[in-house]
Amino acid sequence: MDAGVSSQVSLKSTFEADVRQIVTAKHVRMAAANDAVAGTQPSFVVEPGSEQELGKVLKLANAAGLAVIPRGGGTKLEWGNSPVRADVILSTARLNRVLEHPWADLTVSVEAGCTIANLQEALAKHGQRLALDALRPKSATVGGVLSTNDSGALRLRFGSLRDLVIGVTVALADGTLASSGGKVVKNVAGYDLPKLMTGAFGTLGVITRAIFRLHPLPKETRTVSCVTSNAAEAQQLVHAIQNSKLAHSALQICWGAGIQPRVDVLFEGTEAGLAAQVQQATAMMGAATIGGAGRDVWDLRQEICSAGKGGGEFAVAKFAILPAELAESLETIARLCRGELRWSVVVQATGIGWVRLKGAVAGVDSVLRQLRPDLEGRGGSLVLAQRTASARAFEAWGNAGDALPLMSAVKRQFDPLGTLNPGRFVGGI
Amino acid sequence: MDARTVDQRNAEARAAEAQNSAARSVDRRIFDELREIVGPRGLITSREELHTYECDGLTNFRVLPRAVLLPDSTEQVQKIIRVCHREKIPFVARGSGTGLSGGALPVENGIVISLTRMNKILEVDFANARVTVEPGVINLDVTNRVAPQGYFYAPDPSSQSVCSIGGNVAENSGGAHCLKYGFTTTHVLGLEVVLADGSVVHLGGKVLDVPGYDLMGVFVGSEGTLGIATKIILRIVKRPECVQTLLAAFPSTNEAGAAVSDMIAAGMLPAAIEMMDNLAIQAAEAAVHANYPNCGALLLVELDGPVAEVAALMAHVDEICRANKAWEIRVAQSDAERALVWKGRKAAFAAMGRISPNYIVQDGVIPRTELPNVMREIGQLSRDAGLRVANVFHAGDGNLHPLVLYDRRIAGQEEAAEGLSSKILELCIGAGGSITGEHGVGEDKKKMMSKMYSEPDLQTMQRVRCAFDPQQLSNPSKMFPRPRLCGEKPGEYVAHPLETAGIAERF
Repeated sequence: MDAGVSSQVSLKSTFEADVRQIVTAKHVRMAAANDAVAGTQPSFVVEPGSEQELGKVLKLANAAGLAVIPRGGGTKLEWGNSPVRADVILSTARLNRVLEHPWADLTVSVEAGCTIANLQEALAKHGQRLALDALRPKSATVGGVLSTNDSGALRLRFGSLRDLVIGVTVALADGTLASSGGKVVKNVAGYDLPKLMTGAFGTLGVITRAIFRLHPLPKETRTVSCVTSNAAEAQQLVHAIQNSKLAHSALQICWGAGIQPRVDVLFEGTEAGLAAQVQQATAMMGAATIGGAGRDVWDLRQEICSAGKGGGEFAVAKFAILPAELAESLETIARLCRGELRWSVVVQATGIGWVRLKGAVAGVDSVLRQLRPDLEGRGGSLVLAQRTASARAFEAWGNAGDALPLMSAVKRQFDPLGTLNPGRFVGGI
Repeated sequence: MDARTVDQRNAEARAAEAQNSAARSVDRRIFDELREIVGPRGLITSREELHTYECDGLTNFRVLPRAVLLPDSTEQVQKIIRVCHREKIPFVARGSGTGLSGGALPVENGIVISLTRMNKILEVDFANARVTVEPGVINLDVTNRVAPQGYFYAPDPSSQSVCSIGGNVAENSGGAHCLKYGFTTTHVLGLEVVLADGSVVHLGGKVLDVPGYDLMGVFVGSEGTLGIATKIILRIVKRPECVQTLLAAFPSTNEAGAAVSDMIAAGMLPAAIEMMDNLAIQAAEAAVHANYPNCGALLLVELDGPVAEVAALMAHVDEICRANKAWEIRVAQSDAERALVWKGRKAAFAAMGRISPNYIVQDGVIPRTELPNVMREIGQLSRDAGLRVANVFHAGDGNLHPLVLYDRRIAGQEEAAEGLSSKILELCIGAGGSITGEHGVGEDKKKMMSKMYSEPDLQTMQRVRCAFDPQQLSNPSKMFPRPRLCGEKPGEYVAHPLETAGIAERF
């Protein structure tokens, strides 16, 4: 064993001993194979019991030069680039309480490790919800969805997490616990750090708690769906609905190998209000089905992003385009995949979509490599959420634009030693 | 008696004169360079003209800038800022100057960059519901431009007919309808920004979820401390099928507040819920004759959306108001009726002049449920200070605008009013709220920041500042309670702008 390796080993064992002091031996363990992060194997898993403990562990790791991977439910660890280093998994599993739900204020304060499903269950007791249809809500946590900026179909009406989060507490790499924003919906005091942390992929700090604005659970919902003959027709329909006086909560196009493009629109509201809107929408859409007999059309994003079943290589990517270019982008995907791959896409009227590709590895990788420049050429983006084993080196994020040096400067200010999720984010951050 | 000799005094006078003349020659050199960039009509240096720029809508702080620049393009802004960066001259961006927290107040020895000449709507893209504007475009002009196609720009601060989009971005402006529609930050999708070193960056864009940090989200509401926005991509919204406004008269703010809570509990999200107390109603009546009932508290509830949905909800709102002892209810249906109902509310601040020679407009936020407690305590503070307080709120989101009435001619009243006004903010903080919901921190409330946030919280915000503007030239000395340096090592020496300009030395 050479000197470098042995000093690294002793550093790690000192760290482990110190961490035991903080969180007790029960909550530190050696990492197993299934703790790997996008192909990189870490050494330890630490589960602090409070945000103070979490801050102390982070401070120790930072001082020891160990790389830290924050982890909530671990449902999106394949997203982003593989970390260039991974020593410690810092789990928020024990920070799972709903701290305060002043329902009459329509806000909630919750710890980062609380799952979305548990949060929604607590909120539903007072007829409220976090207006977010996150992926895998039973496992995904508040901290995880915030860090990955996950959002579903409800975004059209309620905005994404940046519009729902009103306060966060984060542990910075040096162990500082800092809060910003607050408990009130309207607040312009100081910089909006909740937005900075949303979608930062845990590279600036570890979110330990968040405060959200809430919305009432809808009294009634209706879905109207309509099968169209091609992507252009689907886009026309989406545009017509967007351009109407309808007050829909979600609007999407679903398409895939062997099926026709379908448009789904979701209405939420009072019985009386819905009846009128459904009638109007049905008139616009022609031959439409109402309700959701059988499979819920709003679960399609969950299926597209789910882990693979029964082997076979597949990839999942999130893409973003201008709403007026939905059809062209969908046709590009269809054309690139033609005959070679099984594919399915769901894209929302906001221009955010998800595509799943399955088939021969070379084919999957080649479609992604062609699709990104096409989308970026339209001012859009393609971000990898799941890739084939052979495409590990394929950069996950694509072009971050001319603000990348500024982003790197922000990273250096928050995490000068590169402790948090090194290399996982845009431009090697 | 002056103990110094005549020689000493003469020497000092000569040194001061030399310093002044050095300053003048430095100024002349820099002014020449700046004039070259913006042309002779884009540079203001005469004292008389500079007075126009010595404050914004908050008039109790005044600082005369060294010069005012009026660029008409991103390139000109960039060139000006490069000069500022090289010469270490602090700069303050200014839109229409309607801000209420001193955000556009010039800084000592700094320049003001006025963006009023950059007032073009660059692109209207209905297919994607986006509008791209220059920062000097007036808020209401965006709505006017897209209204024929059935769209509007949602953030509607009371000053919307004069305030600029650039200023809205700096302050993250709100308005009466942000309960449902959100704030400026909800409706800004992309920015072109000139940073304090003169480089141009693009944050966000026409397409959502641009990969990387949401630096646009941080920039909006940063009060000019992170750079100057030179292009802004906005989201526009389709006009709802119908809008109805209900006006209800209650015995006191307690019943009106209870009605608001019941609406929220019933799962409603109106477009706006506004409340006025009796003093505010009297003032509004005196000023614009909105024909309001003379009651303890007035509630304006606006619902919008599809006709059938609004009809169903309006019936429910009516029921809730009656159950909370509303004794008069009117529903305005036509645009003309609605305009009359809103007239009194929109004129409320200015109307105070009818009932008081002077007044302070406060802006604080509380969790909605704290309203009865906070109202009671404001009442107590008002009695203790012997000053009247009129209350106007965005009741739906807990944003209070207490108006402290006083008479400057009576000795001690102005100080008492200022004291009362900041005690109200402390009440807001104590109730778990915020020191500002929409007017910003600026110069006015920077001392309150350390009451709302802890030292580590403020240090963390400072990290953002240091990433954007390590020399702190962009609107320095605003927003944060005390100056902080960005050096690698704390306490590192940073030359004062005057030193590097050769105007002053440290002794």
